[in-house]
Amino acid sequence: MAQVIVVTSGKGGVGKTTSSAAFATGLAQRGKKTCVIDFDVGLRNLDLIMGVERRVVFDIVNVIQGEAKLNQALIKDKRVEGLSILPASQTRDKDALTKEGVQAIIEELSKEYDYILCDSPAGIEKGALLALYFADQAIVVTNPEVSSVRDSDRILGVLQSKSKRAEEKKEPVKQHLLLTRYDPVRVAREEMLKLEDVLEILAIPLLGVIPESETVLKASNAGNPVILDAESPAGQAYADAVARFLGEERPHRFLEPPKKKGFFEKLFGGKAA
Amino acid sequence: MSWLSFFRGKREEKGNAALAKDRLQIILAHERASRDGEDFLPRLQQELLAVVARYVQVDANKVQVNLERGEGMSTLAIGVELPAKSRRNAAA
Ligand SMILES: Nc1ncnc2c1ncn2[C@@H]1O[C@H](COP(=O)(O)OP(=O)(O)O)[C@@H](O)[C@H]1O
Ligand SMILES: [Mg+2]
Repeated sequence: MAQVIVVTSGKGGVGKTTSSAAFATGLAQRGKKTCVIDFDVGLRNLDLIMGVERRVVFDIVNVIQGEAKLNQALIKDKRVEGLSILPASQTRDKDALTKEGVQAIIEELSKEYDYILCDSPAGIEKGALLALYFADQAIVVTNPEVSSVRDSDRILGVLQSKSKRAEEKKEPVKQHLLLTRYDPVRVAREEMLKLEDVLEILAIPLLGVIPESETVLKASNAGNPVILDAESPAGQAYADAVARFLGEERPHRFLEPPKKKGFFEKLFGGKAA
Repeated sequence: MSWLSFFRGKREEKGNAALAKDRLQIILAHERASRDGEDFLPRLQQELLAVVARYVQVDANKVQVNLERGEGMSTLAIGVELPAKSRRNAAA
């Protein structure tokens, strides 16, 4: 049986799609068969971030409505073995998604995959509710910023009341905090909430802290999940988070501002950020 | 920036925004073109399959549809796995 993981946040623009692409790629790199599903019907973007936009033929709505078979809609990643993408529909609206349809897809994927990642749309409406309904685990993507933290708290409440596990009174959805776009310089200047503050408020286990990094934009320009950029701080932080998810111990990095370089270091080397 | 890369100049530091623009232009051209017209791929596939099914038994699960959208041209490849004749006879 596959584990179903929802990547969710309530708020938009915090890094769910970036994180879904990185995490799915990371799991596949570690030998786990992984399928990542875009639930943002009407505004699909995961295909662009994964760089497979030109290969989309069918989407999740085609599958639910019986117009295509699931294996025809799945796009196999050409860079990493064992990674598939199921795109959202760009032209239909959210009502085309049904609980039964999504359930059938997840059941079929479960036979073949180890992990099914659901990239949730923003909000707490139908699309977001369906993305989290079947989840066994949730990665709650949060930025160190007041409205993002509040929305994350809201979505934690939804996970605890509206998921299938909650409705069936099973063991609750396992929650993980992924703090993204963390800027240690601004934290040090006390302009931005620090990790400890967010942890204290949300009180769920920390999976990782992803630093704000220019390499994320570079990665999306090229359609390469940032985790494939081994030089990138954000890529390294995602790789750590994946390792922790799989049970490894990894110290948290990128929490402190980079040390100021001395004159000679600047002149003769030292890595650029 | 290291001493060497300072002299190597800006080229290797150059962003990849042009790549983003190219990708967007290609995919948006396709999306705009199909915005009004309905998506014909599901129907095309069904009709093709119906024709093939007149000659051989096909398993819809064994039909692969691959598309690669390009700038001037796109390619659509539909692969139908045909059952081996001998096996069909043996089963019959
Ligand atoms: N760690 C990061 N550093 C810098 N920019 C980031 C980071 N994570 C995400 N972004 C940027 O934030 C924006 C929103 O990210 P996205 O993953 O699309 O969010 P969501 O799916 O939650 O709406 C994008 O422009 C993305 O490039
Ligand atoms: Mg998104």
